[in-house]
Amino acid sequence: MTKYILKRIFYLFLTLFIIASLTFFLMKLLPGTPFSNQNRMSPDQLKIVKAQYGLDQSVFVQYVRYMGGLLQGNLGTSFQFNNEPVTALIGQRLAPSMQIGAQAMVVGTVFGILLGAVAAIRKNTWADTLATFVSILGLSIPSFVLAVLLQFYLAYKWRIFPVALWDNFQSSILPTIALAALPLGTVARFMRTEMVDVMSSDYIELAKAKGNSSWKVVTKHALRNSLIPVVTIIGPMAVSVMTGSMVVENIFSIPGIGEQFVKSITTNDYPTIMGLTIFYSFLLIIVYLIVDILYGLIDPRIRLGNGGKE
Amino acid sequence: MDKILEVKDLHVDFDTYNGVVHAIRGVNFHLNAGETLAIVGESGSGKSITVRSILQLLASNATISKGEILYHGDDLLQKNAKEMDNLRGNKISMIFQDPMTSLDPTMTIGKQVAEPLLIHNNVSKKDALKRAEEVLRLVGIPNPAARMNDYPHQFSGGQRQRIVIAIAIVDYPEILIADEPTTALDVTVQAQIIDLLRELQQKIGTSIIFITHDLGVVAGIADRVAVMYAGRFVEYGSVDDIFFNPQHPYTWGLLDSMPTLDTNEDARLNSIPGTPPNLLDPPAGDAFAPRNAYAMQIDEEQQPPFFQVSKHHFAATWLLHPDAPKVTPPAGILNRYEKFKKLGGNAK
Ligand SMILES: Nc1ncnc2c1ncn2[C@@H]1O[C@H](COP(=O)(O)OP(=O)(O)O)[C@@H](O)[C@H]1O
Ligand SMILES: [Mg+2]
Repeated sequence: MTKYILKRIFYLFLTLFIIASLTFFLMKLLPGTPFSNQNRMSPDQLKIVKAQYGLDQSVFVQYVRYMGGLLQGNLGTSFQFNNEPVTALIGQRLAPSMQIGAQAMVVGTVFGILLGAVAAIRKNTWADTLATFVSILGLSIPSFVLAVLLQFYLAYKWRIFPVALWDNFQSSILPTIALAALPLGTVARFMRTEMVDVMSSDYIELAKAKGNSSWKVVTKHALRNSLIPVVTIIGPMAVSVMTGSMVVENIFSIPGIGEQFVKSITTNDYPTIMGLTIFYSFLLIIVYLIVDILYGLIDPRIRLGNGGKE
Repeated sequence: MDKILEVKDLHVDFDTYNGVVHAIRGVNFHLNAGETLAIVGESGSGKSITVRSILQLLASNATISKGEILYHGDDLLQKNAKEMDNLRGNKISMIFQDPMTSLDPTMTIGKQVAEPLLIHNNVSKKDALKRAEEVLRLVGIPNPAARMNDYPHQFSGGQRQRIVIAIAIVDYPEILIADEPTTALDVTVQAQIIDLLRELQQKIGTSIIFITHDLGVVAGIADRVAVMYAGRFVEYGSVDDIFFNPQHPYTWGLLDSMPTLDTNEDARLNSIPGTPPNLLDPPAGDAFAPRNAYAMQIDEEQQPPFFQVSKHHFAATWLLHPDAPKVTPPAGILNRYEKFKKLGGNAK
């Protein structure tokens, strides 16, 4: 297992390196320049400013410099946003994004598992129908539509929650719900299908034949086995929650990373774009790594990494 | 002899898309303490459903529409879910057909074997695991102490079936139901598993219901045999009765299609021609009649009752009726009758 994790960490850095390089060169192809007042600058002024940011060097030299900085954890300074270091920029805006992202993932996964399990155990009853209905709703309503609806009814009309305000936990509830709908629907669908399968398997039959109560059959044998494939979709789900959060943050005026990302692209703020891309990639790769480790923990056939001693 | 289990007039129906399947149509039998009863029959004849009814481990579309299942005189069909849970894996336990899929892939085998003890007895986890280890040794898992924390995929098919057996016997059940426990295994392993079951029966004194579609394995383990066809028993008696003095044409067919020591490798097996009836609409007469070369008019019309052949030997065929014409069974069966005479029996 340790060897496996070390190998994965090596690949993590390799992947990051490739993503950083790709982003760097792609970004150089973006139309426009980072200087909004370029037209009003004399050629000399422009030269000085460019030199200040190292943009006068060849693309290759810029690349080497950037990667060198990256190795030291330095993502450069922003062209906009008051010349702040990109790491500081991300740091300030990280907390709200992480908070609603993590809340949405936890709420979506936990309730998705419960919903799917109930649907599977009460297969072909009203509970199953209801659970299926809820999960299809979650799957099919885009998070931004849900965000607008929640905001309009629960905050604006009925005043249960604050409108477009970010201060306490209460203000994170609506954005969390908006973002949790998709993972909830996805997990519930997956869980139901898998658990229906598992419940009809021979080892569940044996678990019953041992004298386990129905409750114990589910909690001790069925849940864990049904979770194996569910774990694999947590990675892709994290991606959709993160991308979904960009728009949702905007709707609820949450000072998060998503909003900043959009701004930095429209202003050609190279270092911020690069920094955020690398940061998101890092996050995703970490998520996938955690998912794989979880997978190994739940499924011994993977953990032990051999096909058996037959 | 003590009857520890008695099944009376059992009927099981399945609700299906095409209508109601009458899978079990009036089965009667009993199990004596300490004996092994084999139930044989082609696949689909209702063997599994019969024994699953005992533990009430039936699919959700199944209904036991009629009958009694008396365990020490108590009707199991009147018990509630909790009372049934208390019996399962404790007093009555079950070994399933496919050892490759019967074990939970995500739980260590030590825990899986200890589980029935923890469910039914007030024992500590440590004691249960210790006992599990002993039982694993008993069923022939080499070096069990080192393998308690291994997972099912780390064992071969034969070893897995031994583990499944360990789970079934860990709590010393009174009744062990083995539903084709060797079908999925290769021949040499089959023999080992049968030996193991016999040995365990002597050690812990359990009664066994052993199901198989292969008469070949019956002689090695059973005291009595019941032959099943299309949801009913057609003949039952001692092993000698069934092997050497069979009366029902279906039993003849089964015996004739059985490879014997003298059949060489490429000798063609006679399997019984035709297929079992559709139980959505069971026949009025003997269900075997359409495949029976000896069938008479009455076989089409009326279900034959059980005729007594000897003290413990019964067969449901009109051929045993006093008015039935004498028929000559197939040559293979006549040979068996010869052997039966030598054994001192009174063959027909
Ligand atoms: N879940 C089910 N739904 C409908 N019919 C079933 C179901 N399970 C079993 N049956 C019917 O019961 C008959 C007996 O099945 P089974 O006891 O498994 O046979 P055996 O164990 O002798 O091979 C089958 O032929 C089938 O028609
Ligand atoms: Mg069967």
